[in-house]
Amino acid sequence: MTRTTVIIGGGVAGMTAASRLADLGEQVILLEREEQVGGHLRNWDRLFPNRRPGYEVLNYLTEELGSKVDIRCLQTVTTIFSGERDFQLQLASGKSLRCDALLLATGFDLFDARRKEEYGYAIYDNVITSAELEELFRSGAPITTRQGKVPKRVGFVHCVGSRDEKAGNLYCSKVCCVTGVKQAIEIKELFPEAEVFGFYMDLRMFDRHFEEMYYEAQQKWDINFLRGRVSECAENQDQSIVLKIEDTLTSRPLKMTVDLLVLLVGFVPSPETLRLAAMLDLPVGEDRFLEPADEHTKSTLTVKPGVFLAGAVKGPFSISNAIADAGTAALQIHAYLKTL
Amino acid sequence: MKEFGYTVHKERLIDYDRNDKRVLNHLKKHEPSVLTCIACGSCTATCSAGQLVDFNIRLVQTLLRRGEIEPLKKEVRKCMLCGKCILICPRGVNMRNLILAIQTAIDKLQ
Amino acid sequence: MIIEGKKRLWQEYQKEIADDRYFYVRSCVRQNFFPASEKVFLRILKEELGKDVYENAAHTTCSGIGYHSDVVPFETAMTVIARQFSLMTESGYEHFVTSCITSFGLYSEVLETWKHFPDVLQKVRGYLKEATGRTFELPKNVAHASDVIFRFRNEIASRGTHRLVNHLTGKPLRVVEHIGCHYSKMFPSKGVGGAEYPYVLVGMIEDWGGEVIDYPERRHCCGFGFRQYIVRANRGYSIANSKKKFESMKPYQPDFILTNCPGCPMFFDRWQYALSEMEGVTYGQNGEGIPVLTYEELSGLILGYDPWDLGLQVHQVPVEPLLDKLGIPYDPETKFAGKDGQDLGRPDAPTHMKFF
Ligand code: SF4
Ligand code: SF4
Ligand code: SF4
Repeated sequence: MTRTTVIIGGGVAGMTAASRLADLGEQVILLEREEQVGGHLRNWDRLFPNRRPGYEVLNYLTEELGSKVDIRCLQTVTTIFSGERDFQLQLASGKSLRCDALLLATGFDLFDARRKEEYGYAIYDNVITSAELEELFRSGAPITTRQGKVPKRVGFVHCVGSRDEKAGNLYCSKVCCVTGVKQAIEIKELFPEAEVFGFYMDLRMFDRHFEEMYYEAQQKWDINFLRGRVSECAENQDQSIVLKIEDTLTSRPLKMTVDLLVLLVGFVPSPETLRLAAMLDLPVGEDRFLEPADEHTKSTLTVKPGVFLAGAVKGPFSISNAIADAGTAALQIHAYLKTL
Repeated sequence: MKEFGYTVHKERLIDYDRNDKRVLNHLKKHEPSVLTCIACGSCTATCSAGQLVDFNIRLVQTLLRRGEIEPLKKEVRKCMLCGKCILICPRGVNMRNLILAIQTAIDKLQ
Repeated sequence: MIIEGKKRLWQEYQKEIADDRYFYVRSCVRQNFFPASEKVFLRILKEELGKDVYENAAHTTCSGIGYHSDVVPFETAMTVIARQFSLMTESGYEHFVTSCITSFGLYSEVLETWKHFPDVLQKVRGYLKEATGRTFELPKNVAHASDVIFRFRNEIASRGTHRLVNHLTGKPLRVVEHIGCHYSKMFPSKGVGGAEYPYVLVGMIEDWGGEVIDYPERRHCCGFGFRQYIVRANRGYSIANSKKKFESMKPYQPDFILTNCPGCPMFFDRWQYALSEMEGVTYGQNGEGIPVLTYEELSGLILGYDPWDLGLQVHQVPVEPLLDKLGIPYDPETKFAGKDGQDLGRPDAPTHMKFF
C-alpha cells in the first residue's frame, strides 16, 4: 500500500517539505488555501540580508516541486478524523482524503497594526506597515506620502505587536529588525537625501550577515538608529506624523516629525493553524504557537504520532530557517512512515 | 508682565525638528566614523577624564546626533585627548578627531 | 486623516449608559469653577428630557483630589465611596452618574478593584459597617454626566435653537475637544470611544453641526495634575502643559474648546489669561483667547438658554466672540448682574487679552 503524506499549507515550509518528501520517494499531497502556492513570500519584494529578489527563491521552490507533487490549491480542510494509524481529511470542496502522515505548515499572519491604536495606523494618512512598503517596492510604484510628496524623513518603528503585553504578544518576532534595516537601506537607495530613522528597543541581528548589514546601514547609508519605543503618533496639519519617543540614550523625551512612518509588524499565529491544532488536540504554547514534542531534539514532531510541524506554526521564522526546518520535518516524516 | 509666584517651565524634551544639525553635518564630512557608534559605552567606561569629572564621551556622540549642540560646547573641553577610547571602540570611531572636529564646527558657528 | 479608521474604533468602544433614574453626585469644585454647569445638567435632564434624577444631601466628596494628591489612602477612598453607594441604595437607585471625571475614574478604579479582589470588597463592607452601620449594593451602571448628555445628544439637538455653525458664514465651527485624563486613560473600555480617540465629545460636536479639530497634542493632559497645581511653586509645570496644547492647537484656529472634566476647562480658561499676562501671548484671533466651555454650558447654548444664566460671565477668556459666531443674543449690560439683578462688580480688564 502506498503511504501518503498530506501537507497543509503551501508556503515556503510546505513547498520545501513537499519537494524533500517526493525526493525521498514519498507520495505527497500539498493543500493550499490560496490560488497559488508561495505564501507570504509572494508578497515580498527583496529578501534580507542580501536584498535578492524574493521571486528568485519562490521560482526555485516552485521549479523544485515540478510535477513530482500533487498540488491542490483553493483547498480548505474542514475536519480531520484521527484513525488508529491514519487520518481522514474532509475538505470544503466536499472531497475527502486519507493519509498516513500530516504536516502542518499553515504559517503565520501579520500582526494587525490597527490594534496599536496609539500609532494611528488606518487613521493617519502616512502610517503604513512594512508589508505595505514591501508591496510598494514590488509594484515599482513611486513611493510618496499619501499627499504625493517625496518623503524627506522616514521612520521605522520596531516591535509593532511584538514584545508587548498590551498586544498580548510577549515574544520577539525575530525577523522584523532585519527587515527594518533592509527596508531603511532600500528607502535610502531611492531617496539618498532622505533622513531615515529606526526606532528600536534592541536590534536583534541574529543571523549571518545581519550585523554587517546593520553596520552598512549606519556607515554607508547614514541611517539613524534611535533607542526607544515609539509611544504615540499624531498627525500634523500637513498630514506628516509627529511621534513621541524616549531617547533612552540621553534619558529625555524626544519629539520628531516624519513624512512617512513604517510599522514593522510582527508574526501572530494564524487562526487557521489554531483551528487545525484544536481538531488534532495539539498543545498550544502561551504564545499561541504550536508546541513540538521537544523544543531541542524533536522540533518537527508533535506529541501525536503521525502529525508533524514545519515553519512558522511554531513561531517566528526567517525564510532560510523555514527551509531548513522543513527539510528536517521531511526526514522525520520519512523515518516515521518507514515504521508503519 | 504680572508676577504670579511661578514661571512657565521650559520643556525638557528634545525637539528634533528644531535642533541644529550643522555640527553633525560637519562631522559627517570630517569624521564619518561617528555614524557607526552603537552606544555600547566602552569608551565611557575607560575614559581617562570620565573617571574624575562628569564627562560621558558616548553621550557626547548621542547629543551630537540629536543636534543638541549647547551641551557639546562645554563637554568637548573635558576630553584629554589621550586616545584610550579609540583603542577600545568596537566600531572604530575616532574619538580624538571627533572631539577636535566638534570644536572646529562650534568655532565656525560663532 | 482617515475617518473610517476612527469610526471603526468608535464601534469597538461602545458602553452601556442607563437611560433614566439616575443617582447624581456633584463635583467638589465645579460649582466654584463653572457655577451653572451642574444646574444646567439637572435642568436639561429633568425639564427638557423628563428624566428622574436624584441627589442626596448627605453626599460628600469622593476624596479623589486627596487620593490623587497622596493625602488620602486608597482604603479610605474606598470606604468613602462605599458610603456614596449606600446613599444610592437607600434612595432606591441603581444608576450612578458622576459630575466629576476624577470621581468617575476613582469609582471605576474602586469597582474594578472589587471585581478582581472580592476580599477587598468584603473588607470595605466591614469598614463601612463598623464606621457608620451602613450597607450597600453595587451600582448596575456607572456613567459620567457627559456620557448621559452624549446619549441624549440627538434629543438635545432636536429641541435646540442653535447649531454649531457660524451664522454669518454658514460654516461649521471648528472645535477642540479635550477629555479628562481619568475618563478613559485608566480604563479605555469605560469611555465612549476608548482612550486614544474618545468619541464622547466628538459625538456631541458633530451631531450639533460642528467640526472637530484633531491636533498633535490632543491626547496631552491639560496640566491640572493635582500635585502640580495645588502647590503654588509647582504651578509652572501645570501651565507649561496647557501652553504646549495651546501652541499645538493654535494653527488650526479653533472657535472654542469643549471639555468634560472639572479641571480641564478651569485650566484652559485661567491659564490662557495667566499666559497672556506672563508672556503677552493670546491663542485666538485678533488678540482674543480661545473660549472654553463645559459640555453642559454648550448644551445650554444649543438649547437657547441665556448665556449669563449659564455662568459664562465668570470665564476668564471672554465668550462673546463665540456667542457672536453662534448668533446668540446677549445683553452686555446684564453680564455682571446677579440673579437678583444686583451688580456683582466688573473684574479688571486683562492687559493683553481682548475683553468685553
Ligand atoms: S525582531 Fe526586532 S523588531 Fe522584531 S520583535 Fe524582535 S526586537 Fe522587535
Ligand atoms: S581621548 Fe578623551 S574621551 Fe577618549 S578616553 Fe581620552 S579623555 Fe576620554
Ligand atoms: S566605544 Fe565606540 S561604539 Fe561604543 S559607545 Fe563608544 S564610540 Fe560608540
